Amino acid sequence: MPTKIEKDSVTGQMTTGHEWDGLKELNRPLPKWWIYIFYATIVWALVWFVLYPSIPGLHGYFHGTTGYSQRSAVDQDVAAVTKQRSAYMDRVKALSFDAIRKDPQLLAVAQTAGKIAFANNCQPCHGAGGGGNPGYPALAAGNWIWGGTLEDIQQTVTFGVRSGLDAARNGQMPRFGVDGMLKPEEIGQVAAYVMTLYGKPGGNTVAGEKLFAENCAACHGEKGEGKREVGAPRLAGRAHLYGDDEATVVAQIKNPRLGMMPNWNARLDEATIKSVALYVHALGGGE
Amino acid sequence: MANAVEYNDDVVKKFVIACVFWGVVAFLVGVVLASQLAWPELNLGLSFTNFGRLRPVHTSGAIFAFGGSALFATSFYIVQRTCHTRLFGGEALANFIFWGYQFFIVMAALSYVMGYSQGQEYAEPEWHLDIFLTVVWVCYAVVFIGTIMKREEPHIYVANWFFMAFILTIAVLHLGNNLAMPVSLFTAKSYNVASGVQNAMIQWWYGHNAVGFFLTAGFLGMMYYFIPKAANRPVYSYRISIVHFWSLVFMYIWAGPHHLHWTALPDWTQTLGMAFSVMLWMPSWGGMINGIMTLSGAWDKLRTDPGLRFSVTAVGFYGMATFEGPVMSIRSVNALSHYTDWGIGHVHSGALGWVAFITFGALYYLVPVLWKREGLYSTKLASWHFWIATLGIVFYITSMWVAGIMQGLMWRAYDAFGFLQYSFSESVSAVHPYYVIRMLGGVLFLTGMLIMVYNLIQTVRGPARQSVSPMMAEA
Repeated sequence: MPTKIEKDSVTGQMTTGHEWDGLKELNRPLPKWWIYIFYATIVWALVWFVLYPSIPGLHGYFHGTTGYSQRSAVDQDVAAVTKQRSAYMDRVKALSFDAIRKDPQLLAVAQTAGKIAFANNCQPCHGAGGGGNPGYPALAAGNWIWGGTLEDIQQTVTFGVRSGLDAARNGQMPRFGVDGMLKPEEIGQVAAYVMTLYGKPGGNTVAGEKLFAENCAACHGEKGEGKREVGAPRLAGRAHLYGDDEATVVAQIKNPRLGMMPNWNARLDEATIKSVALYVHALGGGE
Repeated sequence: MANAVEYNDDVVKKFVIACVFWGVVAFLVGVVLASQLAWPELNLGLSFTNFGRLRPVHTSGAIFAFGGSALFATSFYIVQRTCHTRLFGGEALANFIFWGYQFFIVMAALSYVMGYSQGQEYAEPEWHLDIFLTVVWVCYAVVFIGTIMKREEPHIYVANWFFMAFILTIAVLHLGNNLAMPVSLFTAKSYNVASGVQNAMIQWWYGHNAVGFFLTAGFLGMMYYFIPKAANRPVYSYRISIVHFWSLVFMYIWAGPHHLHWTALPDWTQTLGMAFSVMLWMPSWGGMINGIMTLSGAWDKLRTDPGLRFSVTAVGFYGMATFEGPVMSIRSVNALSHYTDWGIGHVHSGALGWVAFITFGALYYLVPVLWKREGLYSTKLASWHFWIATLGIVFYITSMWVAGIMQGLMWRAYDAFGFLQYSFSESVSAVHPYYVIRMLGGVLFLTGMLIMVYNLIQTVRGPARQSVSPMMAEA
């Protein structure tokens, strides 16, 4: 279609003279506000390039006249908040648990610190308020496997359970089924007996009791009361780590699930771990 | 009038049907995901229904299946009409593009739910599908550019500039981000050639420009045809279209690093990404000005033409999202907004408000024209669609603004002793009500879509056109 410039009767603007499928364009100049703001953003960008790290070179980059560095900015922020915390946390680190508990204000601050550290680090497994989850002991109910004193808790949190460290809580339970130490029917008998320990009568408990005494009592205790020195959970009475139905008990004897807990000293400092211990201890299960 | 040309509308019709179908699928999966976020039990404990596998079905479904089919349909429709020539390459090639692209979509979705992903966001399909898509895309480029080369108009219309920028840049992005080494010829697993922060940067060079060229340039092409056509007015300013086209395509390609603020990405790269994002503001708004102001002298049509109302509202959302984007790209703002639901809200004001609305406007225009019907079955139903969908978007983006800003503020709040005020899990429970509102917004948007499906089906089933109405004189 040949070029045919027309005047648009509505706006008084001229068209460009082109037409496609009935579509035309007005040859209207650029709006001033639009082009000036566009220029302003370009000027702003150029200023930013001068002030801040911007232009790369073969060996490094132009650091900008402000010398800004994100890495040092975050270091400064961390240093500021660490300094703010140190007013109390230095004392939490230095003092014994007894001394902290004698200072109500210090105790309150430590428990506040422990509460948030617990919520961000421990809660995903141990549940809000230490309510517990399958495989993760209910701390608030005092279902301690490795002990519930402040020192016990501090030790467990610091080095973890089966975390790979020598100092960790490294309890083990043999794989009675997988390694052929007990026959399948014997496992059933032991399981039946174990269930009587918490009031769920089952099958042949006489055979089970004998097998229990020979194989389990050394760690879990004669009456299934548990033994904290080796981290053998109490079987009698309390809620069980993985569940108390027959299938779960059988599975645990056959091929035990040995849960692990990280050594939190890799992530939290000593004062924070002590604060966590103070918070956890006060949830209701502390000893 | 020039001589009548017999256009290839068959492939356009096929893509229109695919677009509507995938729209329903993508929005439905979106509602499922929003519900899962509010009530995690809805993951159902099955591997193929969990959030991680369904999310790419939603994103690829919305962007590539729904949006992609819309772009194929409209670009093929527009390029033929504005070049006044039939599609280059013949029926067979056009049909290969249609069936090839649909095959890719189905295979990609199946691979996602089966657990295959190369872990590049919006580019999840593994290497064998990537190669197949490359073949389809090259055919698309050949057909589109071939049509432009044999055009019978002296000049190339602005819509086609945008479509060409979209097709070429997507080809480059697709190849760049999917460079991967397969573990073996017979496994679906591969490893990207880049690793660490280089991989992240290439990913967001891809991801941001998928937004810039797929979801922006392509849909601007759509806008430049359907708005002046439906308004029956000349484009507001040819000069704006030139300046904003070149500035947009030049600036967009640099803006990717703003997705990686406060990460291991070097400071200088972040500064460049931020500065180019801010400079993108006016180039983006050039499109908005040309879209909205083209209605000068035809504002009354907004009352009577619900399709045009969708298109113009879309441009409004486009303007809003392209202002919000530069703001969020500023490093100090990003420190608050990054990793929060504000980002999700921002994406959806673009995806629902801009991409989907401009597509709805095009569909309401195209279906009566392509199937040679008198007009829409019901403009009233289209109006209902408009208001229900708009309300859905308002629910969606306002709830995500509130949720996102709340998350950002909760994560950075310290108490008087220097300890974090809130735990992460507290921020999760705090956003629960907003997740429910977001889900309701999605339900409204999906409801509007279903109304449109009914309306379009009834339109096609209705009587063929007897008279030639002025609006459709060209068809």
